[in-house]
Amino acid sequence: MVSSIVFIILFLAGSAFFFINAKKVRRNILLGKDISIKDNKGERIKIMTLIALGQKKMFTRPIPAILHLFLYTAFVITQIELLEIIWDGALGHHRAFRPALGGFYTFMVSFIEILSVLAFIGTIAFLSRRNLLKVPRLVKSELNGWPKLDANFILLGELTLICFIFMMNGADEVLYSRGASHAKNLGDGSLGLTISSHLGPVLFGGMSDGALHVIERIGWWGHIVMVFGFLNYLPFSKHIHILLAFPNTYFSNLKPKGEFRNLFEVTDVVKPNFDPSYQPVLDPNAPVKFGAKDATDLTWKQLLDAYTCTECGRCTSACPQNITGKKLSPRKIMMDTRDRIEDIGKNIDKNDGKFVDDGKSLLGDYITAEEIWACNTCNACVQECPVNIDPLGIIMDLRQQLVLEQSAAPAALNNMFGNIENNGAPWQFSPNDRANWINEN
Amino acid sequence: MAEMIAKGETPEILFWVGCSGSFDDRAKKITKAIVRILNHVGVKFAVLGTEESCTGDPAKRAGNEFLFQMQAFQNITVLNGYAVKKIVTGCPHCFNTIRNEYPELGGKYEVVHHTQLVQELINSGKLKVQGGEFKGKKIVYHDPCYLGRANDVYEAPRNVIQKLDVELAEMKRSRANGLCCGAGGAQMFKEAEKGNKEVNNERAEEALALNPDVIAVGCPFCNTMMTDGVKHFNKEGKTKVLDVAELIASANDL
Repeated sequence: MVSSIVFIILFLAGSAFFFINAKKVRRNILLGKDISIKDNKGERIKIMTLIALGQKKMFTRPIPAILHLFLYTAFVITQIELLEIIWDGALGHHRAFRPALGGFYTFMVSFIEILSVLAFIGTIAFLSRRNLLKVPRLVKSELNGWPKLDANFILLGELTLICFIFMMNGADEVLYSRGASHAKNLGDGSLGLTISSHLGPVLFGGMSDGALHVIERIGWWGHIVMVFGFLNYLPFSKHIHILLAFPNTYFSNLKPKGEFRNLFEVTDVVKPNFDPSYQPVLDPNAPVKFGAKDATDLTWKQLLDAYTCTECGRCTSACPQNITGKKLSPRKIMMDTRDRIEDIGKNIDKNDGKFVDDGKSLLGDYITAEEIWACNTCNACVQECPVNIDPLGIIMDLRQQLVLEQSAAPAALNNMFGNIENNGAPWQFSPNDRANWINEN
Repeated sequence: MAEMIAKGETPEILFWVGCSGSFDDRAKKITKAIVRILNHVGVKFAVLGTEESCTGDPAKRAGNEFLFQMQAFQNITVLNGYAVKKIVTGCPHCFNTIRNEYPELGGKYEVVHHTQLVQELINSGKLKVQGGEFKGKKIVYHDPCYLGRANDVYEAPRNVIQKLDVELAEMKRSRANGLCCGAGGAQMFKEAEKGNKEVNNERAEEALALNPDVIAVGCPFCNTMMTDGVKHFNKEGKTKVLDVAELIASANDL
C-alpha cells in the first residue's frame, strides 16, 4: 500500500515535471520564425520511418551504427516491460502479466534481457570510444565541459539502468526457484529468463531470502527511478534526440540540397525593376531584417534542428574546412544555436515572459564571423547528419546578415560583388570580352 | 543566339558557358571541348555571348541575395526573351542555380550538366566513344559538390568515363561522401581562414594516393583547385587534371 502510494506520487511528479520542461523546449523552438511545412505528408512519413525509426543514415558508419542499434532496440523494446512495471507499481502486484501471457511473457522478457546485454556491450564500447580511444570527432574542443559530461552521464545512466534490470530479474529468479518470489508460483521452478536464470544463481545464489528481496526491490525501484530520471533529464540534454529525431526527420528538406532559399523580401524589391507589371506585396515602410543575427531570427525548423542535435560530430568530421584545421565546425553551429535559444528562454522565464535585451546575439557572441566565412557550402555536413539536420542553412542566414545588414563581408568578397555588379563576372574582365573564346585558338 | 534568331533559326539547346568557361584560360579549353562534341554530333546549339552574365551563384553563397536576384532576373529576362527551353551548362554551379533557384523567379528550363548531355548523346547512339589515348589508363573521378551532393548526379560522369576503356578508380571519399575541392561557397574568391592545410591539397593528396594518370572533374573550379593541388605535390608530370568533356573530345580526336 505504502509503496503503491510512493510509486504513484513518483509517477505523477515525474510525468508532470517532464511535461513542464518539455513545454519549455517547445516554447523555445517556437520562438523561431514561422514557416509552413505541410506538403508531401506521405513522403515525409516515409523519410521519418526510414531515417529516424529505421536509422538508415547511421549505417554509413557500420560499427557505431550496430552499437547504437543495440542501445536503440533495447530502449524501444524495454518500453513494453515498463508497462508491467507501472501496472505492478501502482497496484502493488508482482509480475502481473506473467500468468496471463505465459510463454509469450518469458519470450518478451528474455528478449529484453538479451538486448540489454547487447546494450551493455554497446555502452561500454561508447564510453571507451569517448574516454579511452578518443575517437577524434568525440574529443573536439566544442565538447569540452558540459557536453562531455552530458555524454558520459547518459552512458553511465544506461549502464546503471541495465545493472538494475539484472539485479531485479536475477534475484527474483533465485527467489522463484526457492518458491519465495512474490511472483505467482506457476509450479515451473524458474521464471525462464534467458540471462537471469543463469546469471542470478551465479551472482546471488548463496544469499538469504531476505537479502534477495532487498536486492530485487533495489533493482525494481532503481530501474523505475532511473527511467523517470532519464525522462526528466531529456529536456536539459542532447539526449532529447531520442524524441525529436522523429519530428525533425518528418520536417526534412525535400528539395535538392543545392537549392538555397530565395528571399522573398528581396524578390519583392528587385522584381519590379524587370517586370513593371509586378506589384510589390510587402509594406515598403515595414522594417525588414535580412538573414539572422540572433537565434530568434532563425525558423522554428532550424531551432528544432538545434534541439535534435545529439552532438555526434559526423558533420564536423566530414567538413572540408574542419578537416584542414579551420575553426568552422558544423556541430558547434548547432550547439551554439541551442545554447543561445536556451539562454533566451531562461531570460524570458526570469523576466515574466518577456525577453530583456542582454546585449548578446548568436552572431558575434556565440558564432564568429571567422567560422561562417570558412564554409564551402558543400553540403557534406547536411549529407552526414543521421537525423537530417541542416547546419548550412544557419550559416547562410548568418552570412546574409553580415553582408546585407552589417556590410561586413571580407574585402575580397566585396571585390567579387563589385565585379559581378559591374562586369557580370566575379573577376575583373570586360563583359564585352565574354565571347572572345569563340575566335581564340 | 541573337544571330540565330535573326536568321529565323531556333537552337535545340542553349549552351550556358559560365564566367569561368568564358574568361579563364584553362576553362576555355573545356568550353571548346564541349563545343567540339556538340558540333561533332550536329546538335544545333547557341550561346548567349556577351548577353550572358554571371548566374549570381557566388554572390548568393556569399550572402549577397540582392546581387544574386539582380543577376537572376537579368538572365531570366534574356533567356525568356529568346524562349529558351533547354540549357546545357559547362559548370555545376551555373547548373544548380539555373536548375533550382531560377524557377521560383520565373526562369523555368530543362537544365542539364554537360556530362549528362554527353551521356544522353552516347545512349541515343549519336556519339560513339573510343578510348583513344586514354585506353587502359587509370582515371580517378572527383565529384563536384554542386553536381553530386547538391543534385544527386553521380553516375552520368562515371558512365561516360567508363566508355573510354579506362580503369576508373574511386577515392574513399566519393559520391555522396565526396570531399569538396575547396572552391565552393565563394571560397574561390577569397583567402582561406587560418588552419593547417589547404582544402584543395587535402583533396589532391587523396586522389594522388591512387597514383592516377588523370584526375577527371566536371567543374572548372574543381579543375583549378585540383590542378593547383597536383602542382603542390609536384605530380603534374605524371597526373593530368582534365574535364570529362576534354577526355571525350581528345580521345575521339574531335
